[in-house]
Amino acid sequence: MRLICLLVLLPATSLAQGFAGLGTDAEGFALPDPDYAIAFPRDHGPHSDYRIEWWYVTATLTGEDGRDYGVQWTLFRSALAPGEADAQVWMGHAGITTPERHFAAERFARGGVGLAGVEAEPFRAWIDEWSMEGPSLSDVTMTARGPEAGFALDLVAEGPFVLQGALGYSVKSAEGQASHYYSQPFYRAEGVIDLPSGPVAVAGDAWLDREWSSQPLSEGQTGWDWFSLSFEGGERMMGFRLRGGGDYTSATWIEADGTPTPYGDGALRVTPLRVAEVAGRDVPVEWRVELPAEGVDVRTVPLNEDAWMGVSVPYWEGPLRFEGTHEGRGYLEMTGYE
Amino acid sequence: MRGAVLSALLSHWRRRPLQLATLILGLALATALWTGVQAINAEARASYAEASEALGAGGGRIVGTGPIPPETWVAMRRAGWPVTPVVEGEIAEGVRLVGIDGLTAGGAGPFAGGGEAGGRAGEGAATEAEDGVDPLAFLRGEAALVSPEAVAALGRRAVLGGREVALVPSAAAGTGEVVADWTLALDALGREGFDRLDLSPAGPEPLTPLPRGLRVVSDGGDVARLTDSFHLNLTAFGLLSFAVGLFIVQSSVALAFEQRRPAFRTLRALGVPGGTLVALAAGELVVLSLVAGAAGVLLGWAVAAALLPGVAATLEGLYGAEVDGGLSLRPAWALSGLGIAVAGALLASVSALWKLWRLPPLAAGQPRAWARASGRTALWQGAAAAGLLALSAAVAWAADGLVAGFVTLGALLLGAALALPPVLSLTLAWGARLVRGPQAEWFMADTRQQLPGLSLALMALLLALAANVGVSTMVGSFRGTFTGWLDQRLAAELYITAGDPAQAEEIEAFLAPRAEAILPIWSVPTRIGGVPGEIYGVRDHATYRDNWPLLEAAPDVWDRLQRGEVLINEQTARRMSLGVGDAVALAEGWEARVAGVYSDYGNPAAQAMAGEADLARRYPDAPVFRFGLRTGDPEGLRAALIEFGLPPEAVIDQAGIKAFSLEVFDRTFAVTAALNVLTLSVAGFAMLASLLTLAAMRLPQLAPVWALGVTRRRLGWLELLRSVMLAGITAVLALPVGLALAWVLLAVVNVEAFGWRLPMRVFPGDWMVLGGAALLAAALAAAWPARRLATLPPRALIAVFVQER
Repeated sequence: MRLICLLVLLPATSLAQGFAGLGTDAEGFALPDPDYAIAFPRDHGPHSDYRIEWWYVTATLTGEDGRDYGVQWTLFRSALAPGEADAQVWMGHAGITTPERHFAAERFARGGVGLAGVEAEPFRAWIDEWSMEGPSLSDVTMTARGPEAGFALDLVAEGPFVLQGALGYSVKSAEGQASHYYSQPFYRAEGVIDLPSGPVAVAGDAWLDREWSSQPLSEGQTGWDWFSLSFEGGERMMGFRLRGGGDYTSATWIEADGTPTPYGDGALRVTPLRVAEVAGRDVPVEWRVELPAEGVDVRTVPLNEDAWMGVSVPYWEGPLRFEGTHEGRGYLEMTGYE
Repeated sequence: MRGAVLSALLSHWRRRPLQLATLILGLALATALWTGVQAINAEARASYAEASEALGAGGGRIVGTGPIPPETWVAMRRAGWPVTPVVEGEIAEGVRLVGIDGLTAGGAGPFAGGGEAGGRAGEGAATEAEDGVDPLAFLRGEAALVSPEAVAALGRRAVLGGREVALVPSAAAGTGEVVADWTLALDALGREGFDRLDLSPAGPEPLTPLPRGLRVVSDGGDVARLTDSFHLNLTAFGLLSFAVGLFIVQSSVALAFEQRRPAFRTLRALGVPGGTLVALAAGELVVLSLVAGAAGVLLGWAVAAALLPGVAATLEGLYGAEVDGGLSLRPAWALSGLGIAVAGALLASVSALWKLWRLPPLAAGQPRAWARASGRTALWQGAAAAGLLALSAAVAWAADGLVAGFVTLGALLLGAALALPPVLSLTLAWGARLVRGPQAEWFMADTRQQLPGLSLALMALLLALAANVGVSTMVGSFRGTFTGWLDQRLAAELYITAGDPAQAEEIEAFLAPRAEAILPIWSVPTRIGGVPGEIYGVRDHATYRDNWPLLEAAPDVWDRLQRGEVLINEQTARRMSLGVGDAVALAEGWEARVAGVYSDYGNPAAQAMAGEADLARRYPDAPVFRFGLRTGDPEGLRAALIEFGLPPEAVIDQAGIKAFSLEVFDRTFAVTAALNVLTLSVAGFAMLASLLTLAAMRLPQLAPVWALGVTRRRLGWLELLRSVMLAGITAVLALPVGLALAWVLLAVVNVEAFGWRLPMRVFPGDWMVLGGAALLAAALAAAWPARRLATLPPRALIAVFVQER
């Protein structure tokens, strides 16, 4: 689900306002439809009749030096007006997490002039010189860089795309706000991270989230905690908690062959175990994550608790390892911690 | 008790309002010059900072030979260039429309580490939000930012590019600016492309070379660095003026303390502790200096407001640094003005306060007319002067650097000032032996006796005159050299600029049968020895062999150039200590031997010249747009070129360039001239102050002469003559000091500040004018006291005898 909400929830930032038009009014924009049938490759491309949309990749990697690394690559689309394909603002976020440091970069671009955009097949998503390109979304090369660090990763899907929620219709609140949401949680990733200390060859797993909506959050919701977990047995799990106005949780259990089992509000329990001061805020960095229906009860520990994305819409996003009933690696995103 | 003591102290000023006025005015003038200079510096620096903030970066600007199409910008961003477009133009009288891209105006956004990450990319847009414009409306060209003043001219809505646009007042828009999205601005200005692309310094290295036809112009940080030396020069001038002003303060304070000796003695005898007395006297000074300082700050503001346009023009002409012509009151320089007024007044009063502290309670309270310089004082002064002059010479000889240059200057001026009284005294003693007749002999002896009282004012005059001679010699030498250099270097009759490489080729073909020679002027930006600079390609032609001014050259330098050696400009040679035969790194993988060094005034950056073939081989894509043309008929060729299709402003004749260059030069030094006049005025005022205070005390010495039959009128004339004579001798003595000053400026300070050394030229005509001005100032300063003496009631003179003083 992810940053749809972010853009709505942080109106203090002008572009958040700009992106989501204050987040309360979907007038003129298309609304998510529970009967919509997601189809590929069509839905890999942009849906400009919806207000907001993103292509969101996180990767849990191990370097040739034996250490853990994390990489994030995101492209957000935000429509300025309904019905104008070119009236878009694009925003790119990139993050690299090492055990000691976290690098964040951000780009903005307007649509319609070639600075940024997405094409479904052959797949191509780009902003400035950052890009994610390949013959199809199942086989892409993903690059981004900033003044200090950058990366280039080849992603090859080793499993199917997974529809979240009810066949890709993901409900976000008790009032019924929703988005279209699918994932590719089975990428095998390989490539190089350029750090100030030099390049490091890396390999591991990556996870893509695709989501689009026009009015994804209810008014009282203030932030969320979102987990993507990869288990040693090959299973995957996505789970999030939306905070405010009575917490709302949702989860999807994904078998190793890609078969999803969605769980509605209340099935997932997430509990902060340790709070750390990050960028001047109190942020829970260690969690207990429980999905009793699948026998999951794990404790997550971040690779680097300072994985703060100090961009214009700041949030926490970083890789983690977990243990308990299961072991594995994953990614955590937390927003709305002021 | 303190109140009573204070009122006793203050009563002195009540009885002598003129002395009070002198003190305050002197301090105010000194503060004014200092503050004025500080205000100018502060304003200029604020302008640079504002400019680089407005760009969203301090990186640089990329310009082309014409408009830069949006497609080029997009392609560059896709290749990792952190650039954001700017297009500007006038849309109404005094109103400029600035088109920007709010989404990229903050640069690429840093991949910065830790919690400091980012936010930059959002800055441009965030600014808009603070100012209350809807970013959506801004991006869609429905709203624009407008500076508060421009609202008056435009109102809240305007039609731009055929669209109705809401104008939102915002501090983010510069004076007289409307800031809009570039899509709107291109429409409204009827343009096809951008004026420039601003380059963010924060972005990663671009993935591709700069597209053909574009070049990077440095700005921001560079401007600050380049103009530092200019501001340092101004500051030094301000400090000099302040020092001159302090002489006035010192003389007034010393006089006031001397005159109040009886009061001090009485107060001590009545039981006031010495410490209290000193504290109260110091407190009195602080209050007076605060009053004077405040007046000075206001006066300084006026000085700055008057000079700023000139300075702005200078900075723009010399460095391309844009400075807003308006002046705003900044607390920094206002407070520094007050602070330096107080500090200066206390510094000037240290010796007086020290004497007061040491004064035995019952010491004779007899005023001594003026603290006469004892033989020991004179000796001490002479020794200090000799020491300072020696120090100055030693530093000039041994040390390098701008600071060393200013130490040399300071020691030279202070040493010369201290040497003045002994030298004047010796001169007068020698003069006394030449004159015959009682009146003449009395005149010389009396003048000599008055030296201690006048010496401070004369020192001020010496400093002012020396600064004048020094600075005008420097400027004159510079101008002379510069003019000669321009004549040599601008050897081609016409200079043309083509619109693009294709047109350049057409023009070359068109010119081939028409011009005697076509000399391409083309360059590539690079890093010379690691410093940003440019390499020019030179065609093998007699124009260069005959005209190009070389400071240092190997034999057959022009042949060597075509064989792969290079010429470097003087700045580079000095900065990197390079000479003929040394190797210089011109770019990555290109090192060449230096065949010669050429002078390159007015250019702060590193520069080199290589053979045309050599440069073309290494940079096959570097475009050639500009040409120098040799022709016997510049008028005819110019007309032909314009007919061919070149816009008139792209065809410039030699005279036009020369006139423009000299205009820039003259503007550059207009400020110096203005400061010269002000310093001289302050010195004149110092003399007036000294003479006025002396006049009252001299009556006991004049009364006997009057009683012997010399008329008051004649005494008055003699007073005037004395001033003029002393000023004349001082002016003569100031000449060598000024020339030494000029030498330091040319050979030390200029080399450090600008990177070039200039031959010194002397202008005796200027000296005569300056000498005349000094005599006039002295005569004016003495006129009032002399007139008072000439019309003094005889009763006052008789009273001297009655009072047995």
